[in-house]
Amino acid sequence: MIRALAWVLRRDLLLAFRRRGDVVNALVFFVIVVSLFPLGVGPEPNQLRGMAPGVLWVAALLACMLSLARLFAPDHQDGTLEQMLLAGEPLVVLVLGKVISHWLVSGLPLVLIAPLLGLQFDLPGNALAVLGVSLLLGTPVLSLIGAVGAALTLGVRGSGVLVALLVLPLFVPVLIFGAGAVGATIAGTGAEAHFLLLGGFLALSMVLAPWACAAALRIAME
Amino acid sequence: MNWGSWQNFIAMGGYGLYVWGAYVVTLIALVAEIVGLIMRRRGVIERLGKYYAARRRNHESEA
Amino acid sequence: MAMSKSRRFSLYYFSSPQSFYPLAGALQPWFAALAALLCAVGLYIGFFVAPTDATQGEVYRIIFIHVAASWMSMFLYLVMGFWSGVGLVLNTRLSSMVATALAPTGALFTFLALWTGSFWGKPTWGTWWAWDARMTSELILLFLYIGFMALQSAIDDQRRADKAGAVLALVGTINIPIIYFSVKWWSTLHQGASVSLTSAPTMAKTMLLGMLIMALGFWMYSIAATLARVRCVILERERHTDWVEAEIGRQTT
Repeated sequence: MIRALAWVLRRDLLLAFRRRGDVVNALVFFVIVVSLFPLGVGPEPNQLRGMAPGVLWVAALLACMLSLARLFAPDHQDGTLEQMLLAGEPLVVLVLGKVISHWLVSGLPLVLIAPLLGLQFDLPGNALAVLGVSLLLGTPVLSLIGAVGAALTLGVRGSGVLVALLVLPLFVPVLIFGAGAVGATIAGTGAEAHFLLLGGFLALSMVLAPWACAAALRIAME
Repeated sequence: MNWGSWQNFIAMGGYGLYVWGAYVVTLIALVAEIVGLIMRRRGVIERLGKYYAARRRNHESEA
Repeated sequence: MAMSKSRRFSLYYFSSPQSFYPLAGALQPWFAALAALLCAVGLYIGFFVAPTDATQGEVYRIIFIHVAASWMSMFLYLVMGFWSGVGLVLNTRLSSMVATALAPTGALFTFLALWTGSFWGKPTWGTWWAWDARMTSELILLFLYIGFMALQSAIDDQRRADKAGAVLALVGTINIPIIYFSVKWWSTLHQGASVSLTSAPTMAKTMLLGMLIMALGFWMYSIAATLARVRCVILERERHTDWVEAEIGRQTT
């Protein structure tokens, strides 16, 4: 099973590496969206500092959602997904592998770049660190939940916007505690509770989401 | 609860706009749903009636 | 092989669309009548029996439809999740049809909960929309309903739409407590002493009674509306069968 997981990981990372443009595009989208908010709201530092956790987190949500289109659709188109369903390996393991590679390619870059963007909003150092950690805990959850949405809408017309409609409401708890962690750090009240909850979400979704995703894939492919 | 007069009832102690704004829209929404269901049923019956009639015509013309 | 099973009445008889269709047709008027009766009684109590509230004056009377609508919005989502789950696990078509039929009514009550809540909030809090825990959760619930309906209507294959909707509804059901808890935490943190729309501090017994009767009335209405809708869904989805052709023939003569 580990070998199957490793195989899926290696294949997806290789494919992502060959299409670096897709990956970079999502990252650039994140940067642009984050930069739009000060342009819309005004450069006043206190206001920006207050907005920053929410803005950075919402932009991360949107960037993650955009990248979901690349999760299953290409494999579906070239027939690999069908082979995965027919393979002897448990589909849950293969799904987990795809989600991990999706996170490595779409989520982890956000984790690394967000603190830099946080500087644009004049966030203090400890808040930047908390931002990174909250995204580190939260973006895998986004990938896991997003995978279920991507599987449900596989091959459906208008699936891009439909995935957003399905998945964004489910992202709300992660958003609340992720942005809340940074806000609490700025306010000085500490983010331990937030991290605990984010960790809880991660554990829960790691157990449930691959299973739901596998079920959704079978439904989509039958 | 004795309102005293129709005017008092409509006015709702000054909050008439809010109370009736809520109740009237609720009534409209529920009535709209009922009407929508009636129309949906009629539409289904009509459409299926035409569908079966067309199918019968096709079978007859092929027979 | 001799059939030794006695012809006992079994509820499973009604798990086929063909058997359920006439049952739904027979029951629906009764539920509609019950709904009308209960709502009439509830509104009478709400407007002519319940006294004026000490703090909020007459505007509190909105709770008689606001609370009933929000209870229904949440209850119907759970029922929808249950039946679509049954349809997914047991592979029964009718359960999925019932789930599909429940969604629009549930979404409507969610919208009404938001609308009446807004009209209650404006005179009591000063704004048409306040980001409190209950209203924000209702808003997200509305998104969940809309997502369910959008997903089902986007998928052409009927059984796939049923099952995909079921997975979505079940994921949503698991998420609802998490979402509610998160939103509640979020609102108390950012608003300090937040006043909950349903915590009328001293509820006269008549107010509570009116609320409960209206909730029951809305429940009966939901059942009646869903029965009517599921009959339409059954006719549409079973149109290739002889019994539907016969039924349509009866209706069009």
